[in-house]
Amino acid sequence: MKTISLKIDGKQITAREGDNLLWVALDNGIYIPNLCAIRDKPEPMAACRLCFVEMSGQTQPVTACTETVTEGMEVNTRGTEALRLARRGFELLMASNRVDCAHCVRSGSCELQKIAHHLGTKLKSKRLRELRRDLPVDNSHPQIRYDPNRCVLCGRCVWVCQEHLKTGALGFAYRGFERVVTTFKDEPLATTRCDQCLKCVEVCPTGALLPKEKARAEARLRA
Amino acid sequence: MTPKAEAVTQDSKDEEAINRQETRLALKRFGRKRWNLIPILQKVQARLGYLPREAMVEIAAYLGIPEIDVYGVVTFYNQFRLNPPGKHSIRVCLGTACHMKGGYITLDAWKRRLDINSGETTADREFDLDTVACVGCCTMAPVTVVDNQPEGKVEPTKVDGILLAFELVREAEKKEAKQ
Repeated sequence: MKTISLKIDGKQITAREGDNLLWVALDNGIYIPNLCAIRDKPEPMAACRLCFVEMSGQTQPVTACTETVTEGMEVNTRGTEALRLARRGFELLMASNRVDCAHCVRSGSCELQKIAHHLGTKLKSKRLRELRRDLPVDNSHPQIRYDPNRCVLCGRCVWVCQEHLKTGALGFAYRGFERVVTTFKDEPLATTRCDQCLKCVEVCPTGALLPKEKARAEARLRA
Repeated sequence: MTPKAEAVTQDSKDEEAINRQETRLALKRFGRKRWNLIPILQKVQARLGYLPREAMVEIAAYLGIPEIDVYGVVTFYNQFRLNPPGKHSIRVCLGTACHMKGGYITLDAWKRRLDINSGETTADREFDLDTVACVGCCTMAPVTVVDNQPEGKVEPTKVDGILLAFELVREAEKKEAKQ
């Protein structure tokens, strides 16, 4: 495949033509906030609205995950307009998320904290009213603790679950604000066809899916 | 197990078997393609009145897709029901006008009286409860559509009144049956 060169934040980068802009940036050490991007997925979901960048030849910011790199392309990941959009998206996302870093074992390794830091915003916006969903925590599984209240609906777990199991246990259900990652008929995870590969726990960017021993450590933290 | 409980389990087992059979019959006319999912769901619901667990399992197996994907589509669209329809349908309007006039209070009254949530059916399958966005008679707000008949100014006391009317009809029918 043809090799091309482009500039991201002034840094000269060579990539293969047709490669995805988000992954080219990330592979070259340039961080662009993202949650729903999945490398192996042929079609990007483009749902999280966090990977906005400014690009030569475009008047409006674009999502990096839906762009392919071309020769001579110039990308600015720190443009004011792009960051404004990303911040707004993040703010809305976090308005329905139960933020409790003090009692979360993922604090420090959490993608949401990293994104907030990168965007220079707080995890919790003071402007927006908090809309909590207060969903029940699924503790049924011997290896996994699933807390949908900390889920950001990125879909990474759904993807690996369906890739690994072919007929996966996890998926999306319901619509709009009620949308949730769940199991068939919302049954407890332990009763599903889950074969305990724990790949979902690996890819979860937040503390929604935790291995049991970490969840137990967290419970001790809370006590 | 009490004889009554046994009878109930037997009943639900029979129903499950019928549902499975009906679903398989409905599936025959469709190709095993993922894009047939919604037409299949519509067909099965037309036959059974709702989409029971066993029907969704059959459909997923037929199309070779995860059961959760079938569930995702069923819960996404308002047209699909997860619970059997009741003898009487209760539709509480939550449109703008009804919302302003306390439609949520009316809905709560129905939920409390019937002891079910929105989208569910009572255990005796007498009533099913759901919400609608607007039925177009906003002057009567808050509106509840009872068996396709819009009822206006449905305050919680009127909820009791409507249920009492159904109760009286049922009692009268019982008496007649005895005679």
